[in-house]
Amino acid sequence: MSAPIIEIDRISKSFGALRVLDELSFTVQPGEKLALIGPSGSGKTTILRILMTLETISSGHIRIDGEELFHMPKDGRLVPADERHLHRMRSKIGMVFQLFNLFPHKCVLDNVTLAPILTKGVSKADAEREAMRLLEMVGMADKARAMPAELSGGQKQRAAIARALALQPRIMLFDEVTSALDPELVEEVLNVMRRLGEETDMTMLLVTHEMSFAHDFADRVLFFDRGRIVEEGPPDQIFRNPKQERTQAFLKKIIAAGQRV
Amino acid sequence: MDQWSGYMQLILQGALTTAQLTVLGCALALVVAFIAGLGRLSRSFLVRAAATAYIEFFRGTSIFVQLFWAYFVLPLLGISLTPLQAGILALGLNVGAYGAEVVRGAVQSVGREQYEACIALNLTRWQCLRHVILPQAFVLMLPTFGNNAIELLKGTAVVSLISLADLTFQAQVVRAQTGSTMVPFLTILVLYFVMASVISFGVRGLERRLTRGLDGMRS
Repeated sequence: MSAPIIEIDRISKSFGALRVLDELSFTVQPGEKLALIGPSGSGKTTILRILMTLETISSGHIRIDGEELFHMPKDGRLVPADERHLHRMRSKIGMVFQLFNLFPHKCVLDNVTLAPILTKGVSKADAEREAMRLLEMVGMADKARAMPAELSGGQKQRAAIARALALQPRIMLFDEVTSALDPELVEEVLNVMRRLGEETDMTMLLVTHEMSFAHDFADRVLFFDRGRIVEEGPPDQIFRNPKQERTQAFLKKIIAAGQRV
Repeated sequence: MDQWSGYMQLILQGALTTAQLTVLGCALALVVAFIAGLGRLSRSFLVRAAATAYIEFFRGTSIFVQLFWAYFVLPLLGISLTPLQAGILALGLNVGAYGAEVVRGAVQSVGREQYEACIALNLTRWQCLRHVILPQAFVLMLPTFGNNAIELLKGTAVVSLISLADLTFQAQVVRAQTGSTMVPFLTILVLYFVMASVISFGVRGLERRLTRGLDGMRS
């Protein structure tokens, strides 16, 4: 095994009295595709939000590429990271949101090019060329000039994926990216993600309720409950042969709800 | 009839002064509104406090008193302003205080998820504000800005009290010289209304242009 790209080291997170993550630790290898599953409120989305620095942690350490995310060395000690440190660390990470979070006042193309132009100093022409390549890949090239309000949910999410890819992050976080979509639009987004998984060596962390997709897509599955990892392993083991009672109960419920796993 | 055309001339000159006061006053108000409105959202306590003090002071005291301060008291402190400058300053700062609250409210009404998208795309706070938040917030500010601009236009009448020859001042002159109240005041009534309508239509047109393609943005 090579050095992990993400090391999560006994992190805890509380919202008031509610402990969302409890001394959680795990590591992710470069290029690994990880699915985070579990009942709602189990803390899986919170982990993605913490990695994207949208939330802070109450205690513990996170290292990306061996470098502290929320801390930085100063005079031989670790101190809380400043904005500049966070800015540098964030450049390695991209995120796709459940509700797309596109910029409604900008067309699809401008949504994709804004960040590369502003944060990487890419020229407008180069940014647009790269954006068109990405939009082509997610099947949105013909919608480059459309405004987000004119798109279906699936189109919005594919545009949002292109937007996140434009910054060429090494780690991509997908937070329930199909949960807000009409059932018939889910597949077009999953297809894009399948393609990404096959064609890139990005590390991908995926919070999802699409169990059959998680099964096919992930190298490893983490089952969460109440802020802890209850069980982890290859998809076949978790989905076909779960060892823990809570995992079994969760999957039984999912199957009862009509999903194939 | 000759006599009346001379008086109309006077009133039109007044209209020009009123228009000048309105345009320059609005320009100052707009700048001040953004500075103070964003100041209220600053992370620095001192900036927030200064912005709040400005807003509360100018909203909480009369425009009439503010104008007299600008024209009669500032010279005692070594700052002499022409009546026009004093008028622009008082009107701009007064209306700017109301505008600041409009700016703050509109910026805060842009959803949290837009800020989160900015962080995920690694934009700095300023880039996020400049390219993502303000363009969306500005559309929300426009209708109230239109109201504020009309309030400012009507407020310009107080400058006649520091002998600035605006529309109202000229109407008084004409009234004093002709003894007729009806004609000059009917004229300026119409002129004020026309100017307010220009602002109204202008702002509405701008709003339409900026919201094109944004259907459903506020939902």
